[in-house]
Amino acid sequence: MILEENNMSKTLLDKIWDGHVVYSKPGYPDVLYIDAHFIHEVTSPQAFDGLRERNIPVFRIKQTHATADHNVPTLNQHLPIREELSRRQVEMLTKNCKDFGIELYGLGHPFNGIVHIIGPELGITLPGMTIVCGDSHTSTHGAFGTIAFGIGTSQVEQVLATQCTLQYKPKRMKIEINGKLRKGVVSKDIILYIISQISSSGATGYFVEYAGESIRNLSMEARMTICNMSIEMGARGGLIAPDETTFNYIKGREFAPKGNDWDEALAYWKTLYSDKDAVFDKVLQFDAADIEPMITYGTNPGMGMGITKRIPSLSEVEGHDRKSFRKALDYMALEDGISLLGKPIDYVFIGSCTNSRIEDLRMVASFVKGKKKADNVQVWIVPGSKQVEKQAREEGIQAIFEAAGFQLRGPGCSACLGMNEDKIPAGKYCVSTSNRNFEGRQGPNARTFLTSPLTAAAAAITGKITDVREYL
Amino acid sequence: MKTFQKIISTIVPLPIENVDTDQIIPARFLKATTREGFGKNLFRDWRYEHDDENKPKKDFVLNNPLFKGEILAAEKNFGCGSSREHAAWALADYGFRVVVSSFFADIFRNNALNNFILPVTVSESFLGQVFDEVQRNPKTEIEVDLPKQTIKILSTGASEQFEINLYKKECLINGYDDIDYLLNLKDKIEEYEGTR
Ligand code: SF4
Repeated sequence: MILEENNMSKTLLDKIWDGHVVYSKPGYPDVLYIDAHFIHEVTSPQAFDGLRERNIPVFRIKQTHATADHNVPTLNQHLPIREELSRRQVEMLTKNCKDFGIELYGLGHPFNGIVHIIGPELGITLPGMTIVCGDSHTSTHGAFGTIAFGIGTSQVEQVLATQCTLQYKPKRMKIEINGKLRKGVVSKDIILYIISQISSSGATGYFVEYAGESIRNLSMEARMTICNMSIEMGARGGLIAPDETTFNYIKGREFAPKGNDWDEALAYWKTLYSDKDAVFDKVLQFDAADIEPMITYGTNPGMGMGITKRIPSLSEVEGHDRKSFRKALDYMALEDGISLLGKPIDYVFIGSCTNSRIEDLRMVASFVKGKKKADNVQVWIVPGSKQVEKQAREEGIQAIFEAAGFQLRGPGCSACLGMNEDKIPAGKYCVSTSNRNFEGRQGPNARTFLTSPLTAAAAAITGKITDVREYL
Repeated sequence: MKTFQKIISTIVPLPIENVDTDQIIPARFLKATTREGFGKNLFRDWRYEHDDENKPKKDFVLNNPLFKGEILAAEKNFGCGSSREHAAWALADYGFRVVVSSFFADIFRNNALNNFILPVTVSESFLGQVFDEVQRNPKTEIEVDLPKQTIKILSTGASEQFEINLYKKECLINGYDDIDYLLNLKDKIEEYEGTR
């Protein structure tokens, strides 16, 4: 029996999952061991209180990594946080980390930044790991071939207390993308396209493995953008088998294994792929050539389309979905059946854990170099981390932005969710590289169009929704 | 200790799809460091005009005195988006103990269960009946019986079985917490660590 099991082909998810099950019992969820636990100020305070009430310590301090990101201001980060509740939450994180002995990359620390940016950047995120965080975009780390997913605060408490979480194994889905990407199309467009095809709940209950030639050809940072948005189609997480691109990215990073440890780790990482005849519960295939630069028009990430397409007309939407469709367009103050090209916009936000890495900034800089932003738009560029900010300065990217009239701010979540001062005002349109266009996400009554950094850069220059390919 | 067996209650109908956790509790209200008090900001931006508590939006169901109860019914894909457990806290704090929908987002389902809110997944057609009945008569009552795993519209007698995993069912009925379960397994966890 055991022999037979060992001979069975496994998906990447199964390989990692099975290696992390501490205990299982029929009908009960698996006790899954967690290698790395990231925490931030918003979803952790109540968890620490729980530990205090039970009078228990954090079980594995060294596997717990903390940063302040959601609430932090992106201007004048050296000053005390002005907003009282935000300040209190960040102070609470500092106190909790101190009391429980956890290292914190707080505001101003050279390693500070958005939780999903700093994990990979510091070499904490490694193939084959299990990673959790009280944050749904934990799926980002899956780009390294890890099982990474978001959890709620009660589960944060469980992981702090025991380094384990109770989970039923999700179903496995494979999404394969083959073919060559067309001009002006980048990884954000791939994921917006997939979500537009399968809807914002199309992968609920599944863990997605992204595969195929188009994925293999992407850089690590581009892969992270894809995995990041897995949750926007309802998936528990997304992952990509590690390869040379992955190993090269990790090598030499701050906390990455070194010397002998590296060799050992590498040998293990090379075993992390779905076996040839492994069975998935569902397989979807897409052709990269079908993908245009994408934009969303509605209030969930599934409401997206190629930038030259028209918003569906009301009559094309199925009866049952018509009500929510209508509601979304009312919120966005858009008519059905129209094209968005040429629509004037007010803000451009380039940032968030989806698109605020150095490659994103480079992509934007190379497009705007020598150009100026349109007068009717405000452009905020919010790097994902202190290190990205520093690199942008050193590479001369900041200078390009300043010449274009863009503002490069300090790192943080910023206008992705408007918990700090960076909010899009009511009724204004924002072209955003973030991941959610929900009602009020960027501020009460703010209206969001999700795009790639490249399409956002084009909108910043023209002041309206633009097909970036016309300028390439 | 919180437990859950059976409840009979009127329903608050929210016939909207893809209700995301940013709507249930907007990000700007996530700054509290306790679990209490989120109920007053539940569905904040759907509930009030210009973020002003003195200006309730009349057509939003929480502002309609006709509809009250411990059961919220919503269309498919309830609780999608952010993992914020604050969404479950807000629903619980407001007084909801059951959410009925034809489809729940994964993380929300877990968060709800961890806060003794029962997510009940029903068929589209049963959900349609619930909405029809409550429209016809806002006093319509629903019975949710966890041990039997049934949901029933009392006025029509229509009922359906719902799924819940054995483990969570036991937790809810007995008032157990995941953390107690895990803490009891500490030896096994350390043993596992030793094998790596
Ligand atoms: S950038 Fe946005 S999506 Fe990412 S962790 Fe911060 S708030 Fe969440």
